[in-house]
Amino acid sequence: MVESIVLSGVAIGCIYALIAITYNVMYSASRVFSFTAGTLGMLGGVLGSLFIARMGMPAAAGFLLALAGGAVLGLVTEIVAVRPVLKSLDQHLYVLSTLALALMIQQFTAIEWSTEPQPFPRLFDIAHGGFDQQFWLPMLACAAVITGLELLYRRTLIGHAFLAIAEDNYAARALGLPERRLRMMSYALAGVIGALAGFAGGEMLLAFFANAPMLTFYGFVPVALGGMGNNRGAVVAGLLLGLFQQTANFLVGGIFASVAVFTVFIIVLLARPEGLAGAARQRRV
Amino acid sequence: MDTQATPLRPSRPIVRSSVSTLGAALPFLALLLVGVAFPLFGGGYWGVIATRACVYWVLVSGLNLVVGFAGQIAIGWVALLTLGAYTTSVLVAGNVMPALPPYLALAIAAVVGAIFGLVIGLPALRLRTFYFAITTLGFATIVTQVALAWQSVTGGGVGVAGPVFPEPFASQWGFYYFCFGLAAICTWMTANVAASRFGRALTAIRDAEVAAEASGISKSTLLGAVFMFSGAVAAVAGGLFAALQSYITPDAFTLDLSILFFIAILIGGRGSILGPLLGTILLTVLPEFAAPLVAWSTFLYAVLLLVIVLVIPGGIAEILDYKNRRPLESDRAIVPRPDLVARLLAEAPDTSALTLEQVALSFGGVRAIDGLDLDIRPGQVHGLIGPNGSGKTTTLNVISGYYAPQRGAVRLNGAEMQALAHHRRAHMRIARTFQTPRIVGSASVLQNVMIGGTIDGQGTFVESLLSLPRHRRDEAMLRDTAMLALAAVGLERLAAVRADRLQHSESRFTEIARALMLRPKFLLLDEPAAGLSAEEIERLGALILAIAQAGTGVLVVEHHPDLIFDICHHVTVLNLGKILAAGTPAEIRAHREVVNAYLGA
Repeated sequence: MVESIVLSGVAIGCIYALIAITYNVMYSASRVFSFTAGTLGMLGGVLGSLFIARMGMPAAAGFLLALAGGAVLGLVTEIVAVRPVLKSLDQHLYVLSTLALALMIQQFTAIEWSTEPQPFPRLFDIAHGGFDQQFWLPMLACAAVITGLELLYRRTLIGHAFLAIAEDNYAARALGLPERRLRMMSYALAGVIGALAGFAGGEMLLAFFANAPMLTFYGFVPVALGGMGNNRGAVVAGLLLGLFQQTANFLVGGIFASVAVFTVFIIVLLARPEGLAGAARQRRV
Repeated sequence: MDTQATPLRPSRPIVRSSVSTLGAALPFLALLLVGVAFPLFGGGYWGVIATRACVYWVLVSGLNLVVGFAGQIAIGWVALLTLGAYTTSVLVAGNVMPALPPYLALAIAAVVGAIFGLVIGLPALRLRTFYFAITTLGFATIVTQVALAWQSVTGGGVGVAGPVFPEPFASQWGFYYFCFGLAAICTWMTANVAASRFGRALTAIRDAEVAAEASGISKSTLLGAVFMFSGAVAAVAGGLFAALQSYITPDAFTLDLSILFFIAILIGGRGSILGPLLGTILLTVLPEFAAPLVAWSTFLYAVLLLVIVLVIPGGIAEILDYKNRRPLESDRAIVPRPDLVARLLAEAPDTSALTLEQVALSFGGVRAIDGLDLDIRPGQVHGLIGPNGSGKTTTLNVISGYYAPQRGAVRLNGAEMQALAHHRRAHMRIARTFQTPRIVGSASVLQNVMIGGTIDGQGTFVESLLSLPRHRRDEAMLRDTAMLALAAVGLERLAAVRADRLQHSESRFTEIARALMLRPKFLLLDEPAAGLSAEEIERLGALILAIAQAGTGVLVVEHHPDLIFDICHHVTVLNLGKILAAGTPAEIRAHREVVNAYLGA
């Protein structure tokens, strides 16, 4: 029993962590949190199921197309919901514009795909064991993304440019960095990561439109607790969240598990609004 | 100075402020008339729609104070509708205790709603915008899930019957009038709050939070009251909603409803009552004309939300605000009346002193202020000058309580002032202005100035809700004082103009008028002359002198040496956080190091 709680807890924690990284990548490029982060995760599952199960494509092709779909949605988020309101960041209009876009995609999926959870295809023809692909796929995806981002940020020129934009937008622009293009690339990258989260977690979460708000919320918890823009904090917090949720699930049942998660989230946030590993607030006057 | 001799000129307002209260009330009266007469020409089904619009408005009217006025993005307000609906229904059905009469149940629901409004709302005090939005959404999900799981009380997925109100409100039209009456009362109450010092304080929190704090507005108390009120009316709306539906299940309370409420306010426009009211009616009626699209309703609401945010952020209210589209006179001059300052500050400030002793503060490795002594005396103008980065504004922020000194103390009358209690500074009669004017763009100049006097009102939030005598006395007092303050700084003709239409120099004088509303013992001016013309600077100087003559101690942070040397009794020169020189203007002007480092030959 303990084993299965730990396995599913870590696996789902990896999915939350990936969504949290999706939030972070968008945030670093634009100082904006987007409600579409969870929608990207949902779409990864739905597109995977659509391409592989419904249209019968090979798994690899379906995988790549699902990620491409995520990238497109990431770009759409940037162009439609973020760029037009960046000028007036202090009015927080992005909260509403990204919420609107997320709702549109979610409803479109509900109507055109299905309002019921649809099965996600098994990707590898391996017999059932304890350590099933539905558990190790999310873990593998999470490890790959962390390693990939680490390499990107530390070793490549474009990664350095991303970091520069995140650190100081004005200074980066003054240095002549193509801020808009880098922002679009960040959003596309975030889209890929979000879709990967949903695809890798497809078997656990199924292809279901209502995963969007669920992931939007549970994916944000690690962002808030791990500190904005802090990917390592997000992974730690995501894993803790997954384990906590699965334990509560087992002990008190699903609905009260979500009540417990929500309560803990609020209490921790009120005690430390900047997150468990975050920095203090900036100058106001 | 010649400005002091300016003759009394007739104050002819540029935009007539006599767009009378009657004119503003006219649309509401028209809606009232239509609402009362509605049963005469509305058919049975339209009765349901009209009742639903009333129920929604009861909720939206309260949420409007939270979203439209205070600017808090509370998206999941459907949680309170759910809570009110279940509380009322369960109490009337007698699932947990002996059945209660519907009115009592509705009243209990209001109390429960007020408590939960506070619980959902209070994180807004600590959290960033997006965090708060997410927590309200999370709350909405949780409430529905609990309703689904707690079968013994809520009936779970099967649901529970809604309350039935006794005669005369049992029939369809009877119930309609009941809801309509409550909606009308909510409109009246929220309009009262909107036009009160509380309503203005909410907009200040939304658009100019630091200025709100400097005016002594306590964000937590005020938002707490507003969240309670909003929660209470939302829960009442829930009780009515349950009665209208006659049977409720958790499915009835989708996030779509939350979005609908939210969009109604945004379409209407922030900081308006009429706009969101029209928005609510529009959004309730619209789906009835689009029956084939019913499956797409949420999608369409979302499209609408996006369009509003991107295309008309001002909403209906801005479109209706025709009077502020008339062009203003272009060659208008600010002519302060320093002689009026004494009348405004008539209550002679006592002889206290504001002193800084050996204050030191560093940010990381940078010493922003390093052992600063400062002595600001009543009736004197103290100038603080120095190159950029020498610690001038940091000094102001230490006095205002934004930074806690790491060493040394800030004393008022010998008593050490606690740092980090920004909004308490106003209660100690310390007022300030800002380097970049912090004003509420969507409010009129007069309203902006009235914000400065918020703490001098006597009435409570509830008295304002119900427009009781003390509220009306407060408003009359604040209005008169604000007009006097505007006249003193020379802006009374712009009183009715939207503040975001002002020129830069006019915003600066507006801020001074707002600060004067506090009848400050000490006034801190952060670069008041920046961006002013030479003539305006001269008039500003006369105004500042008059303020000091009335007994107020003034600290001026400035870059214009002429202004400083003209009006200051005492000047302190900072360099790299340390005092380079201090003394009378004449001494400073002769100080060799100052001349070399800062003033130039």
